[in-house]
Amino acid sequence: MTAPAELDLPAVEDDTCEDTPWVAIVWNDPVNLMSYVTHVLVELFGYSREKATAMMLDVHHKGRAVVSSGTREQMEHDVTRLHAKGLWATVQQD
Amino acid sequence: MRVSRKRDGAVEVRLEEVEAAVLTSVATDLLELLGEAAAVDDDPLVAMVGLPSGPVDRPEDPALARLLPDAYGDDEQASADFRRYTDGDLRAGKRAHAGALLASLAPFAEGGRLMLDRAGQDAWLGCLNDLRLVLGTRLDVDEDTELDAISADPRQQALQIYGWLGLVQESLLEAMSRG
Repeated sequence: MTAPAELDLPAVEDDTCEDTPWVAIVWNDPVNLMSYVTHVLVELFGYSREKATAMMLDVHHKGRAVVSSGTREQMEHDVTRLHAKGLWATVQQD
Repeated sequence: MRVSRKRDGAVEVRLEEVEAAVLTSVATDLLELLGEAAAVDDDPLVAMVGLPSGPVDRPEDPALARLLPDAYGDDEQASADFRRYTDGDLRAGKRAHAGALLASLAPFAEGGRLMLDRAGQDAWLGCLNDLRLVLGTRLDVDEDTELDAISADPRQQALQIYGWLGLVQESLLEAMSRG
């Protein structure tokens, strides 16, 4: 299981952080309930309700949010789990 | 439909005959939509790990594509590779949720009170979400779509079912969170 990233930290500007250059992103869609998205983030990543709610609101208001970061393999695993729950998620290099 | 949490953590769903019929119908359609995974490779070693023999195409049906989305927004090859390795499991998981929901509904064709344990709650939650994704995509809903207008228009009737599924999902989530 991947460790949850500290997403409230400012993004690292340089590329020295080579062990965690990949992120899993959840995109806004008009179908998924806000309460369901929060529920999934708590359940899959073990985030607190507060943190999961903040991420869900980011998705809702900004159209997308990074929900985890790590190696490419870890992010593909996370996106697989998010797809299983019906969230619209993608992997990309940070 | 009324959803409530019991002391032992089970969730009780009280449903009417027509509600059981609607849920059974849309979940049966979902199972059909999900279909079977791509054919597994002929090579026994590759087949052993259950991988399809070649690339698995992105579904042409937008509703199915929403259930089985691309994993990379900007890299078709990476999305295709990812799909080849994950498509079978993803479909199987969604089929399992729909199958569990249908099995739990089967004794209640005339309505009644059915009890869901934790696994049943997760299956219902996942399946309700998949059903809403399919209907929402087919009906092209956005956040401002009017769901409860009364009309004989078939699209409006489908929107009512979509809206009702959302209410059921919301009350199930609420009951589950009252742990």
